[in-house]
Amino acid sequence: MAAQQLLLNVDNVSRVFGGLKAVSDVNMQIQDGELVGLIGPNGAGKTTLFNLLTGVYEPSGGKIHLSGESVGGLRPYQITKRGAARTFQNIRLFGDMTVLENVMVAYHMHARHSLFTSIFRLPGHFKGEAEMREKAVEFLKIFNLDGKKDEIAKNLPYGEQRRLEIARALAARPKLLLLDEPAAGMNPQETVDLMNLIRWIRDEFKITILLIEHDMGLVMGVCERIYVLDHGQIIASGTPEEIRTNPHVIEAYLGQEV
Amino acid sequence: MFNKKFFLYLVLSLVFYGVVQFLITGMWLNDFYVDTLVLIGINIILAVSLNLINGFTGQFSIGHAGFMSIGAYVSAIMTYNFQMSFPVALLAGCVAAALAGLVIGLPTLRLKGDYLAIATLGFGEIIRIVWLNTEYVGGASGMNGIDKLTNWTWTFFLVLITILVIQNIVKSTHGRAMISVRENEIAAEAMGVNVTKYKVYAFVVGAFFAGLAGGLTAHYFYIIQPTSFNFMKSFEILVFVVLGGLGSTGGVVLGTILLTLLFTYLQEYPELRMIIYSLILIFTMIFRPQGLLGGFSAKKMVKKGGSSQDGSSTTSA
Ligand SMILES: Nc1ncnc2c1ncn2[C@@H]1O[C@H](COP(=O)(O)OP(=O)(O)OP(=O)(O)O)[C@@H](O)[C@H]1O
Ligand SMILES: [Mg+2]
Repeated sequence: MAAQQLLLNVDNVSRVFGGLKAVSDVNMQIQDGELVGLIGPNGAGKTTLFNLLTGVYEPSGGKIHLSGESVGGLRPYQITKRGAARTFQNIRLFGDMTVLENVMVAYHMHARHSLFTSIFRLPGHFKGEAEMREKAVEFLKIFNLDGKKDEIAKNLPYGEQRRLEIARALAARPKLLLLDEPAAGMNPQETVDLMNLIRWIRDEFKITILLIEHDMGLVMGVCERIYVLDHGQIIASGTPEEIRTNPHVIEAYLGQEV
Repeated sequence: MFNKKFFLYLVLSLVFYGVVQFLITGMWLNDFYVDTLVLIGINIILAVSLNLINGFTGQFSIGHAGFMSIGAYVSAIMTYNFQMSFPVALLAGCVAAALAGLVIGLPTLRLKGDYLAIATLGFGEIIRIVWLNTEYVGGASGMNGIDKLTNWTWTFFLVLITILVIQNIVKSTHGRAMISVRENEIAAEAMGVNVTKYKVYAFVVGAFFAGLAGGLTAHYFYIIQPTSFNFMKSFEILVFVVLGGLGSTGGVVLGTILLTLLFTYLQEYPELRMIIYSLILIFTMIFRPQGLLGGFSAKKMVKKGGSSQDGSSTTSA
């Protein structure tokens, strides 16, 4: 195995909302190719951490490096261009666009034809659009959504909307894929299928995945390493086995099965 | 764009152009009808370009008459004071309006929903007051005796070009980027779309064509006055778009034709205008928010300002 490279380095990152420290001095190091879980009780600050990593919020303190480059203060689209794409806990599809168009939007930043080229329908436009369409269809095939490519996204059943959101994030060709509760609202069978799919994506696309998940059994099953967040702080990190037996974690999840 | 349907529409519209031109040349069509056709054309340019901002990009703008007035005054100054040729004057008007779109657009783009509406409305009024207080362009009495250079041919082909350009934008990755901003700004940005850039593009291109409509207006009706570009005018264009269907070019063209005809026949009762516009707007919003030909819901455009945009909603599904 080749020497591993540090892909994401979160260094003492905090975020304060009014008097509330939603994320508090968080440190996190993720190597290239890892599949890492982020768990924690409701309101622990998991989504807020994702929002910090993707530039939706600016950290109140600390530094974030992606592939050795600081992403502090960058706009979300700039961070996406540098290789981090995400899904949302509350699905955020482009509801009135078709399934195919949703994925094509993610490919937009790789498009080489300019607005000028499109307005005058120069050859580059047709070539570029055809390429994007092909690529988008490829991604839809992976997620078994190609049969529905012309449907309006908001009309898809819930589970398929979740899958479409992942397909869309993947189409941005990220190095780091951030999934915020991808299995939320799915039935057990859909959840198992999704987890297998996530592992397969990591291997097939050779990317790194950080995922938030509530279902403990599921995170333990699929992730190689887990961070536990509670009240904005990382209270534990390690392999699923280490997490399962960690007294802090058991305390945070008191009364819950770990 | 280069498919059968496109060529069919193109041929049909050229036939329509030819028939009308033939009737005009043969003096079979009196001035009233020509006036109406030109007015419909100008209104289509206004509505289709506002639709790029409001309908496709989802930014609630109601300052279109301001951009239009810039095109009207600048192009009129070019032909009247500087004896420039008509196309050069029109282009100058368009560019000036587009620049205003850029200058006004950038700072206001941080605003959403009704806040943006108020800002654009304020911009329209400021521009009007600038004309009102500028002696060089005649102040309140405006500019008189502008050459009548606009005709059916100019109008028709410029309408065609406007629709083509807007459609070519909308049916491309750049148009999809704009629509994604309308659909979900947070997600669009997270997918790598430079949201600010595309809002500015929409404003600049929209203002460019509003300026074109202004230039055509100035050179058809001999006279331009600040009052022709007041809030009523902006509101009128918005009603065309909402009735036709936000984000539906076909719908917007249809809505514009219907409403322009309606008001040509109601010309004697100008005071009815505002009432009828308001009623149309209210009834459309209640009974058919997607407009005549099914665009995206007008309710969404207004509501946008209020919805949470932080990506951190904790709703469990
Ligand atoms: N924009 C904001 N303004 C104020 N408080 C916020 C904001 N975003 C998050 N918070 C607060 O920060 C804390 C952490 O919220 P966050 O959504 O990150 O939790 P979470 O771990 O994702 O929870 P869940 O499992 O319910 O999704 C909560 O108390 C939340 O109310
Ligand atoms: Mg969350």
